[in-house]
Amino acid sequence: MSDQSLHHLSLVQLRAHLASQQISATEVAHHFLQRAQADTHHAFLAFHEEATLAQAAAAQQRLDAGDSSPLLGLPIAHKDIFVTRDFPTTAGSRILENYRSPFDATVVQRLADAGMVTIGKLSCDEFAMGSANENIAVPSAKPEAVTNPWDVSRIPGGSSGGSAAAVAARLVPAATGTDTGGSIRQPAAFCGITGIKPTYGRASRYGMVAFASSLDQAGPMARSAEDCALLLSALCGPDPDRDSTSLNVATEDFSRLLQAPQGDQPLATAGKDGGALKIGMPKEFFGDGLAADVRAALDAALKQLEQLGAHVVPIQLPRTELSIPVYYIIAPAEASSNLSRFDGVKFGHRAKDFTDLADMYQKTRSEGFGSEVKRRIMIGSYVLSHGYYDAYYLQAQKIRRMIADDFQTAFEHCDVIAGPVAPTVAWKLGDKSNNPLANYLADIFTLPASLAGLPGMSLPVGLGEAGLPVGMQLIGNYLTEAQLLNVAHQFQLHTPHHLKTPGGVA
Amino acid sequence: MSLTSNDIQRLAQLSRLHFDAPASERLRDQLNDFFKVVEQMRAVDTRDVVPMAHPIDAMRHFSSHDPSASEGMHLRLRDDVVSENNQRETNQRSAPAVERGLFLVPKVIE
Repeated sequence: MSDQSLHHLSLVQLRAHLASQQISATEVAHHFLQRAQADTHHAFLAFHEEATLAQAAAAQQRLDAGDSSPLLGLPIAHKDIFVTRDFPTTAGSRILENYRSPFDATVVQRLADAGMVTIGKLSCDEFAMGSANENIAVPSAKPEAVTNPWDVSRIPGGSSGGSAAAVAARLVPAATGTDTGGSIRQPAAFCGITGIKPTYGRASRYGMVAFASSLDQAGPMARSAEDCALLLSALCGPDPDRDSTSLNVATEDFSRLLQAPQGDQPLATAGKDGGALKIGMPKEFFGDGLAADVRAALDAALKQLEQLGAHVVPIQLPRTELSIPVYYIIAPAEASSNLSRFDGVKFGHRAKDFTDLADMYQKTRSEGFGSEVKRRIMIGSYVLSHGYYDAYYLQAQKIRRMIADDFQTAFEHCDVIAGPVAPTVAWKLGDKSNNPLANYLADIFTLPASLAGLPGMSLPVGLGEAGLPVGMQLIGNYLTEAQLLNVAHQFQLHTPHHLKTPGGVA
Repeated sequence: MSLTSNDIQRLAQLSRLHFDAPASERLRDQLNDFFKVVEQMRAVDTRDVVPMAHPIDAMRHFSSHDPSASEGMHLRLRDDVVSENNQRETNQRSAPAVERGLFLVPKVIE
């Protein structure tokens, strides 16, 4: 096995090489550390070589003892929104300068227990607030925007932009991400990789730096649905003592449906009661706002799914457009409350000069938070304030219910919903950085599923304008991740899109 | 209705944030742009709609036909017992100012 091609292998393939002793976990860790440390996309924020190699050595011992766990010895990197004992955690913010967590996030712990080896921590928008990974204010001397491996003049998407760029540039075969309004699905689409946000409550939020607690959800990002299924099985599970919102449903093997009927028309029997899989195509997702190149790639993908035996049926999600104001009221409201803990007392940054306690709070927070985070705190303070609560926050929560109900009506007519992840391919760095509203509007297709708490994923379906990747979003009903992953897997068994590597990535 | 500079000052005070004059004006304009998009919410008839604070609430409703699935879908409280070890030193490691195990803040009582 030549070292040179290790980073082009999937998790499943890498695991087979470890099992057949063609290579050791330590050699794998060295290879990816070396690539990650030479990264030119600014995807990584922190390394701790000693910790990484210690994990690799421990994994090798388990391998030597015959342990057959599917993720044992495989490398991963974590979005810097998950707290970690061995690495600093900044959430991309100055306010967490020099913060060291006394514990590991449950998701990090679960993947470590599965034997995965942490390569480092990945850049993200500050407190996961952003769609371009441009809202970064990390404490490093020169915070640099993460670039898209397909075109370094473009954004990688966000907020899990470091995760998506690192997987696309083959710096790691897998990464964790978090998704509040699309932060796994959109960067996965923009970087041509596969990512899934499970049903709200599947993955523990313990140790995930909180942004909007009724929306935040962790999930895996990798190159294929097959790899994502393995990762999702390991990272989900009840955490009853530490996260009161974690669902008390049994741990699932999300790979279990992937072996399902092979052959020419695997989706002809993948629907309800063994019938053809019905794919709902919401007309609101295919309107004027959708760029022609994205539309063309999606049309071709839907045709491909029909060839695999699926039926495409028209459905409606009539309140799609309302999801923008609803989300951008609810998420900032929750954020303004969650971020009140950053006050310069118990952890993180504290301003140097101040006159009294109130002044210390104000200066600390004004120095520590970046402009997008401040903007959202201000929106949150406004919509929760006396006299505005009913008109904004309560009204948004009521429409949120209507959006969730719309999905249940739609699922009476279909098994899964397919549509775009974003209206366009990745835009140029700086294009929308001075226009927060333009960023918010581009989230239109990912927000509805987030508000409802439904599982959603993104998979690459071809290239659009300027040779940039286009992602297709699949949305399932609650707890149907295994089915979503199977649809994506069958698609990937018959198409090459997920195997494409950005030019320049050797 | 749009936000004025005074509103921005009041919200900044509530948020424990400070904006200088140019930043404050920029923010006022950005928030006013945003609240134009919010206006479309007003036209929605939400009489008799129960506010949805949390997705788990919607999931319970969805799985009500399957009692075994809805069992795990609720927000719970754990028993009120001590479950963590005392890790005061580790927990205070990232605090800006600590003395004898206490967090230091500026004097609040004259």
